[in-house]
Amino acid sequence: MLQLAVDIGWGWTLAFKTVLVLAVVPLAALVLGYTFLLKMMSHMQSRLGPMDPGGFHGWFQLVGDGIKFLQKEDVMPAEADRRVFAIAPAVVVISTFLVFVVVPTGPKLVVENLDVGVFYALAVSSLSVIGVLMAGWASANKFALLGALRAAAQLIAYELPLLLAVVGVVVQAGTMSLQGIVHAQQAGSIFGWHGIGFPFILTQFVGFLLFLVASQAELTQTPFDMPVAESELVAGYMVEYTGFRFLFFFIGEFGTAFAFAALAATLFLGGWSLPWVHGAAADLLGIPVLFAKLMLVAFLMFWVRFTYPRLREDQLQSLAWKFLIPIGLANILVTGIFKVAF
Amino acid sequence: MTSYYHSYLAVAVFVGAALLMVGAMLGVGRLVRPVRPQAEKYVTYEAGSDPVGGWGQSNVRYYVYALLFVMFDVEAVFIFPWAVHLDVLGWYGLVEMAIFIIVLTLGLVYAWRKGVLRWA
Repeated sequence: MLQLAVDIGWGWTLAFKTVLVLAVVPLAALVLGYTFLLKMMSHMQSRLGPMDPGGFHGWFQLVGDGIKFLQKEDVMPAEADRRVFAIAPAVVVISTFLVFVVVPTGPKLVVENLDVGVFYALAVSSLSVIGVLMAGWASANKFALLGALRAAAQLIAYELPLLLAVVGVVVQAGTMSLQGIVHAQQAGSIFGWHGIGFPFILTQFVGFLLFLVASQAELTQTPFDMPVAESELVAGYMVEYTGFRFLFFFIGEFGTAFAFAALAATLFLGGWSLPWVHGAAADLLGIPVLFAKLMLVAFLMFWVRFTYPRLREDQLQSLAWKFLIPIGLANILVTGIFKVAF
Repeated sequence: MTSYYHSYLAVAVFVGAALLMVGAMLGVGRLVRPVRPQAEKYVTYEAGSDPVGGWGQSNVRYYVYALLFVMFDVEAVFIFPWAVHLDVLGWYGLVEMAIFIIVLTLGLVYAWRKGVLRWA
């Protein structure tokens, strides 16, 4: 009977958390889209349009965009493979949602603290490649096909530096669970000094840089935005999409940006933890603390996006295979030596 | 063991909920959006001119990259459990992994020398 009661409690908690997270992800995508894409980009590149609607700093722009997406006709090209075409955006957006299952926002605030946390997060985030390929292929459009093939080549090439960058952190923490990694950073000390815990960025700075570069490519953001290069491929695999399905790709892109920023903050900057805060206070402070850290990471990612020009496709591939992967492998070995020696 | 199944049941429930949500959003979209069919709207987009040749062909240049990727991805799967238990394995585990990584790096160097990593 007790067992049953526990089970029911578990079910309700899970349902509550699920609904909460599903509501938060599109919101998170909007927050990033608003702060960075609309406002930061407008300031940095002197774009006047998005600063106009609604008066103060163009706050109405995003609402207007939302309304526009809602009333767009759903146009599906006659040549397209209808069923695959319709499902593809859903695959992309669901793979984004799934990452958030393991991102912890407090000692108890996580949908499910899987033992293989980081591994799971990277695995489900790479599912979006399938959605992208489906979209490009089913559109029966040359631009879309080219964009999708470029995207697939890029996503798999940068999947590896991402994985290798994370291994260094796993070696140091001795666990793949994201909660465990946060606790390891909170409990750690710098030569006996407990002032700020031990954020892994101190020893894994190379890993942190690898992670940022690779996630930039995974998100197909400039300077790695050849798959959606608007001036040559119009919008790559998204070219035939309109309305809500297009919005799904948008939510997928910025939701994933949010997820990767949260992962980077959790792996390298200590996640929700502040070193001297424990228990219920940590649960309360966890969300604002994580949010502050991830916005910092996101600021870096978007700063790069708005500053650098696009790379060429072959430059992109050789950067991944000839630099990032060897550096990632070396980083693992060096981290391993330090871990065993000390 | 129950908690092990519970944690993956949670993931499964989450997938279901996400599917429901995506379906609901598309459903709402269907109610709100206009439908005004015109034959021209359903022509494949090719920068304004009439599309040529229907389904495009593309040279899949990166299939060798895909093979390399499989190799390194499987390697990563092997590295993760090692990384978790490195403090138990100690120097022995470290040397083992060093050999493993060196062999793989040799593979990468071979592919590099063979010109596989040139996008041509």
